[in-house]
Amino acid sequence: MATEEGDLLHVVTDDDIGPGRRRIGHLLVWGSFGLLIAVFAVLTLAQTGRIGLEFGNWRPALYAALFWGICLGVAQVVLYGEQGKRTLFILPATLFVIAMVVFPLVFALGIAFSNWNLSSLEGRSFNGFDNVVQMWNDPFYWNALKNMVWYTLAIIVEYVIALGLALILASEIKARKFFRVAFLLPLMLSPVAVSWMIGKSMLEGRFGPIARLARWLGWDRPAFFSDPEIARTMIMIMDAWTFIPFMMIMLLAGLQAIPRDVQEAARVDGASGWRGFWEVTFPLMLPVSITAILIRIIFKLKLADIIINVTSGGPGGATDSVTSFIFREYRDRSNVGYGTLLAIVYLVLIVISITIFMKLVDRWMNPRY
Amino acid sequence: MTDATQTSAQIFHDSEHDTGGRVKWFAGRVAIYGILIIWTIVCLFPIYWTLTTSFKLAPNVMQGHMIPWVDYQPSWKGFESIGMSPRLLGQESTVREEFLKRFTNSVITAGSASLLAVILGSMTAYGLSRFRYRFGFMRNPDISFFFLSQLILPPVVLALPFLVLYKELDFLDTRIGLILLYTLTVLPIVIWIMRDQFQSIPVELEEAALVDGLSIWGAFLTIVLPIALPGMVAAFILSLVLTWNEYFFAALLTSTDAKTLPVMVASQTGSQGINWWAMAALSSAAIIPLIIIGVLLERYIIKGMAAGAVK
Repeated sequence: MATEEGDLLHVVTDDDIGPGRRRIGHLLVWGSFGLLIAVFAVLTLAQTGRIGLEFGNWRPALYAALFWGICLGVAQVVLYGEQGKRTLFILPATLFVIAMVVFPLVFALGIAFSNWNLSSLEGRSFNGFDNVVQMWNDPFYWNALKNMVWYTLAIIVEYVIALGLALILASEIKARKFFRVAFLLPLMLSPVAVSWMIGKSMLEGRFGPIARLARWLGWDRPAFFSDPEIARTMIMIMDAWTFIPFMMIMLLAGLQAIPRDVQEAARVDGASGWRGFWEVTFPLMLPVSITAILIRIIFKLKLADIIINVTSGGPGGATDSVTSFIFREYRDRSNVGYGTLLAIVYLVLIVISITIFMKLVDRWMNPRY
Repeated sequence: MTDATQTSAQIFHDSEHDTGGRVKWFAGRVAIYGILIIWTIVCLFPIYWTLTTSFKLAPNVMQGHMIPWVDYQPSWKGFESIGMSPRLLGQESTVREEFLKRFTNSVITAGSASLLAVILGSMTAYGLSRFRYRFGFMRNPDISFFFLSQLILPPVVLALPFLVLYKELDFLDTRIGLILLYTLTVLPIVIWIMRDQFQSIPVELEEAALVDGLSIWGAFLTIVLPIALPGMVAAFILSLVLTWNEYFFAALLTSTDAKTLPVMVASQTGSQGINWWAMAALSSAAIIPLIIIGVLLERYIIKGMAAGAVK
């Protein structure tokens, strides 16, 4: 982290916080928390039909939680004065993320071990490890995971192309701004539009321009989505098309941050262009490259929109990503429980592999002898 | 002369003053501009294809016409299917209403989610770059990591729990439900960009403001925010791009009222068969706002993406 002690803003104020003020603060926090608990209890009773009240939904609980959050914020200032005002900077986002991530994740763990079909009338029923057994025997899920490995490996090629383009853009060329804007544009397009523009129309077998080109080049009946390998490659290409600009921009920023004189010194010392690149530019670019690749991996793991819209996982699951598989699992069978378990297993796998990746990178970048 | 050729053999198309090999230098230039032009075509041709196809008729599509006015006569047929052609603009049109509804949904959800994320994210980033916090075992680096680690979370993990939660809260198919989720997805990126921004602003500015009698919030709002405005614009635009294009959550959580433009585009792809001009018009309408933003505000987008890259 770049924040060092010297960067921080130090303010010393003497806050005069008497016992009365302290009492008000505690009252605010615990009073509103009590209210939240009470609303929650009443709602639970009402939903299970123990008392005669009728609420359409759980919104009162949401409002109570919101109220508690506001009271917590006010209480910070009442209780801790100046330090409380500082806490106010990060409190809203923290509460927001906890409410939107941590709470649903805990909730998801509960759903994952149950049989819950949203379209059937009977509600949720706990079924222990049945979902795990089902997952273990589900060849399509393992297939989707295997596809994700392929999709992730494609990043290496994307990186090489992005680095090449960034090197060219950083060198002395005319009309650099035009090329930069043109290269950036694919990133702005929505994957859904891309899947129509490229996947459904340009790659269409009869009239699409790319199919025409393929015919002209001698491929008799071009079909891009019937062979598993070709279909997967096409998905990779479409995804790469939208995301290469992203890596390119990050790498370009990294290149421009390298001081000119380092490269000039290398040239004076007799390093040719190629050696200068491998021994000076590339090592200096490594940290940026790793950041770019890491972020790209994170985005790649979310890959779904193009697959859902172009192939829906076909042919025979050859293009399925985990996300698109779970999406269809829900769409076709509306089984929330099983889908959630698959998603959680996916999350665990991601966290493990990213941690390993980062450890390896760390070991490689800072070797300990 | 032999000396010159020897150096030119070693030097890989470098700047001209190093070598007498004009031919080699020239070849290098040609190669570089060749790559640039090929990649420009790769980037721009799909966009060109979509825009021109939206003005085509069935025979133009089947005969593979490419250039308007030269090999085919543009027609407004595609845009008529979403009610946006000049002939239909004056009249009532249900398809246009449908399209405009989706369009406004997209504008409102993407705009408010980005705004909310920039507000929450700037506050958090400022706090983390200026003050020292301690909540239990969590210190500043831990808190930063807590926020940034949200990036790893794939949307599919949250999707199904949210489906159930939103059903209970009656948030399904509402804009507010989408806005909250979108804010969550872009918040880590905003925090990342803004933290970088605030770290580049010297602390002395705020110290001076505090000496002059402003409170920390006063200094933040009146001194720091105006300086950090370009960064905020960058974060906002990057969030806007991501949320405008979002499909996964929108497809799961909306059905009629709050459906956004990408969902509308996706729902038409299957049903229309060879009705390409209508699809092309709809796709163009979905991508044109962002293309305009991309061309006009390219500077900010690059700034935003570069923020995290260089340390």
